[in-house]
Amino acid sequence: MTSSNRAIHKVLIANRGEIACRVIRTLRTMGIRSVAVYSEADRSAPHVQQADEAWFIGPAPASESYLKMDTLLAVAKESGADAIHPGYGFLSENPQFAAACETAGIKFIGPSSRSISAMGSKSAAKLIMEKAAVPLIPGYHGDNQGDAFLHQQADRIGYPLLIKAAFGGGGKGMRVVEASEHFLEALQSCRREGQASFGNPTVLLEKYLTQPRHVEIQVFCDQHGNGVYLHERDCSIQRRHQKIIEEAPAPGLSSETRKAMGEAAVAAARAIDYEGAGTIEFLYDVDGRFYFMEMNTRLQVEHPVTEYITRQDLVEWQIRVARGETLPLAQAEIPLYGHAIEARICAESPDLEFRPSIGLLTHFRTPNTHPDVRVDTGIEGGSEISMYYDPMVAKLIVHGATREQAIDRLLVALEQFQVLGVETNINYLHRILSLPAFRNADLSTHFLQKEQSGIHDRLIQITPAYFAWAAAALLQSEQTRSHATQQQAAQSSPWQNADGWQLNGAQQRRYTLKCGEQIETVTLTYRAEHYTASVGDEAAFSFDARTQGGLLRVGGQKTITLPFHLDAKGITFFLSGKPLSFSRYQADYSNTEHADAGQLQASMPGRIVSVLVSNGDQVEAGQTLLIMEAMKMEHTLRAPFDGIVTAVHYKVGDAVPEGAELVALEELAEPNS
Amino acid sequence: MPVIKSRAITGSEEYEKNRSAMQALVDNLYEVVAKVRLGGGLNAQKKHLSRGKMLPRDRVLNLLDPGSPFLELGTLAAHEVYGEDVPAAGIITGIGRIHGIECMIVANDPTVKGGSYYPLTVKKHLRAQTVAEQNHLPCVYLVDSGGANLPRQDEVFPDREHFGRIFFNQARMSAMNIPQIAVVMGSCTAGGAYVPAMSDESIIVREQGTIFLAGPPLVKAATGEDVTAEALGGADVHCRISGVSDHYAENDEHALQLARQCVSHLNRMHPSVAGKRIPIAPLYAPESIYGVIPPDLKTPFDVREAIARIVDGSELDEFKALYGTTLICGFAHILGYPVGIVANNGILFSESAQKGAHFIELCAQRKIPLLFLQNITGFMVGQKYENEGIAKHGAKMVTAVATANVPKLTVIIGGSFGAGNYGMCGRAYDPRFMFMWPNARISVMGGEQAAGVLAQLKRHNIESKGHSWSADEEAEFKRPVIKTYDHQGHPYYASARLWDDGVIDPAQTREVVGLALSATHNAPIEDTRFGVFRM
Repeated sequence: MTSSNRAIHKVLIANRGEIACRVIRTLRTMGIRSVAVYSEADRSAPHVQQADEAWFIGPAPASESYLKMDTLLAVAKESGADAIHPGYGFLSENPQFAAACETAGIKFIGPSSRSISAMGSKSAAKLIMEKAAVPLIPGYHGDNQGDAFLHQQADRIGYPLLIKAAFGGGGKGMRVVEASEHFLEALQSCRREGQASFGNPTVLLEKYLTQPRHVEIQVFCDQHGNGVYLHERDCSIQRRHQKIIEEAPAPGLSSETRKAMGEAAVAAARAIDYEGAGTIEFLYDVDGRFYFMEMNTRLQVEHPVTEYITRQDLVEWQIRVARGETLPLAQAEIPLYGHAIEARICAESPDLEFRPSIGLLTHFRTPNTHPDVRVDTGIEGGSEISMYYDPMVAKLIVHGATREQAIDRLLVALEQFQVLGVETNINYLHRILSLPAFRNADLSTHFLQKEQSGIHDRLIQITPAYFAWAAAALLQSEQTRSHATQQQAAQSSPWQNADGWQLNGAQQRRYTLKCGEQIETVTLTYRAEHYTASVGDEAAFSFDARTQGGLLRVGGQKTITLPFHLDAKGITFFLSGKPLSFSRYQADYSNTEHADAGQLQASMPGRIVSVLVSNGDQVEAGQTLLIMEAMKMEHTLRAPFDGIVTAVHYKVGDAVPEGAELVALEELAEPNS
Repeated sequence: MPVIKSRAITGSEEYEKNRSAMQALVDNLYEVVAKVRLGGGLNAQKKHLSRGKMLPRDRVLNLLDPGSPFLELGTLAAHEVYGEDVPAAGIITGIGRIHGIECMIVANDPTVKGGSYYPLTVKKHLRAQTVAEQNHLPCVYLVDSGGANLPRQDEVFPDREHFGRIFFNQARMSAMNIPQIAVVMGSCTAGGAYVPAMSDESIIVREQGTIFLAGPPLVKAATGEDVTAEALGGADVHCRISGVSDHYAENDEHALQLARQCVSHLNRMHPSVAGKRIPIAPLYAPESIYGVIPPDLKTPFDVREAIARIVDGSELDEFKALYGTTLICGFAHILGYPVGIVANNGILFSESAQKGAHFIELCAQRKIPLLFLQNITGFMVGQKYENEGIAKHGAKMVTAVATANVPKLTVIIGGSFGAGNYGMCGRAYDPRFMFMWPNARISVMGGEQAAGVLAQLKRHNIESKGHSWSADEEAEFKRPVIKTYDHQGHPYYASARLWDDGVIDPAQTREVVGLALSATHNAPIEDTRFGVFRM
């Protein structure tokens, strides 16, 4: 081991969630103490519990806590941390923070503020890359906006071509031009949209890749001028420009291309005197050519796939580099084992345009892990998924000897992933991974749009059988519980059994279950584990069922295994990660209001003191009609329903006998009847 | 405790013969019961449902805790009695749990003859009340009945054990803090109106339930007043004006929820039972009991084979195992409840009767409930036995049975003939519960014995007149007698007349007895004062 020139005994992690936990894990194996920071919302978060110490840094909004440089530096100093690991996001690519760390004498685990700045501006970065001979996507980004000139540039770049509003974003002000003759028309339209949406008609031109893939290279540089690449990752599966499935190596990439891309990436990093972990993102075209997009000057979310195929701990590499050591491996020593895939589990509703889903995680069960299945997460059951932070709740990473095996492993692991309380994309991921196009590695950044219908078709349909199975599983769990009680308490009674025992008949148990908006009554007639079920008016059907360790095995014509979770409300099946909850249902009459028919009469003898309505008035339910005095008390007569006054039988001062009708009211018909 | 080692060999020729015979009887029982459970039949049910009402058995199910056992009593009542089908006598009675409390449920079945009260309907209703009273079980009445069956008014109205007794019982039970709750889900006319009126709390379903002393036709006839049933005695009338009912329900489902709510406020506690243990299953499967009971009552069998399949762990501590061996007495547990078992293992001799009396005294002293397993042809007869005083020894046992104040349960597992029925706690001895197996027979004596006695008298009569009577003629004379005894001794015949609380599948004996035993413990066990034992 190379001797280091900087001691690191304690590291503050200026982050939260899964990456904070991830960093703590490596720190622990390296014998380095960890300092966690937390906001108001993260008081009991796992990263707080896992760290050696934890410091409170402010309210839930990141701008008042995780992005507070002064506070973080103060905590670092006071806790005696030698270095700060920024994780990803938050301050990880903030040059001011890196600079502030440098000034404070605390090692920022990552590149220098200069390197970060250099890559911070996309256009500046492209210039640097151009100088370093890193291929850039052909295009025109200049100030000359003349029609003829732009058309000329377009013809030079070639078609299809993309015209973009220079100040645009979010897909607005973009036009794909298939051939030269359509250029001018598209140009005008794009300018108009740029002017209308962003107040600027300036456009830029770029070669349009019909089936581009997002392929990125993991690079690492030490403080001694060494740089290596740890192969590539394919992150083409993106929704709304965010990666959700990443894999390494990129399928179908030749070793020559890998080498070429890797060397270009290292050259790019060297061009800015890079230090630590970085990622060069390329667009990769079907023809094997690749073009620089941008560089991320931090550890990526998807770093675990690289760790799997290289069997290296990249956080450890970061710390060793930060200590001033030389890179642990030379380029030729970096291995490539099998294939790894990562799926990002997010709290969101894929079928509602990926709307974030927030709430309390009532149940959170990660798949069974083993050396080839890894779960990186920073939450646990009982955690609150808040609106303040990223909706990603976990990363599920698998490794396989081949891509096929990795896909299969990931499918199985997704099936075992159980999340309740918030909606997640688990089943959506499962549907993507089940697509033949994914298996065939027919990848591009347009993949999800192209495969939309196939993904939609794989939505699970609820059949009556699920209701019956849910009932059987509930019954078995009740039986197990009741048996356990009886075996523990001598004073237990056979009347406690809830197995629907009846004299001279098979046991019968009935459940009314609600799934979504569907309510069904299931009658189970059963003997041991053999059930005959009738659901609503459906014909009865028979099946065998047995619950064991959170799995329901149903045998009929074929055997099905359903993972499930029980809670006080009922049962949830997880169908390829999709929770299907069946809760016990009972009609609720507790708040039924009984229209009071006797209210228009005098409840006792009295005298009228005030009449507030007259014949023909339209009144609303609850409106005061008249006031009567009786037994030294005032009694208010109110309209029991919306109606029209058809008669007022008394006037002020009249004495009325008990039971006399005071006002006649005709009920108004319902507006829709 | 000593474990009973079964000698039955599963799969042996004898076992198979027994098994298939009993299986056939049980299959028939299930078939008959399944038909009874359909109440007035599919058409009547459809009509009932079309009125927005719940079927009576569904009402019971919705009233009880989900999955609660339901120990139905008198399912076969009125079976083949009236020359018309009156399934379950038009009323469902049984014990089930509501909010953890064992309750007696009495539910009219309006799909059967409009839920009207036949004589056996009255008898069944009263029997349910007796069970409730003896065992301190709160009563929930699901009322939906047209009242007394008018053509049979002489058999349902005037006598002590007729319709009026229902309300007498309600008042007496209420006084004993055995809560009375009525849910009016249909008509409740005339005498029937007193069911909710005499209840501690009552619920009525709007536009379904009505309570009045006289219905609209009778009112019209009596006073000329024209009035609808709803205005005369509907939910609005009784919840807002008359106060006859306490809770207003939107529909059956709501009404049953309200009834459950009433029970939840009864503030009752389960007494802790001395000697209760954690239940242990018997060593032998429940259905194996079929293989150890011979189809012919004349074939003797060791009653321990049956006991081994009923009691916890097949464990029985026998008392006086070597004395009076035709009566097995011993301590055991059923579903964890301590019980003293008295079971016939042959004819009763003086020794066995004395042993039985002694054992019953022990149980009464210790407040251990008794279970009688009847398979008895009677007490031994003959000069020797009369001379040694079998009558007084038998009387000792009968006295002990009659006066013991512990809960007594009786299951007739074979024959129940003559005075044996008395000594073994037959119906007249007020067992808290009494059940029969489908292979059992009950009569004053066996059909052949009765025919034999009658034939002897006849022969004496004929021969004293100097005539002769051939063997063929005698056989011809005996055949109808045997046939009648056989018919009237059949468990369905007995159960139809409510001489017992039901015919049960022998394989369910353990659960039935266990549930019944458990229910009995709702009432504290009184001290016993025995009568004079003739020494």
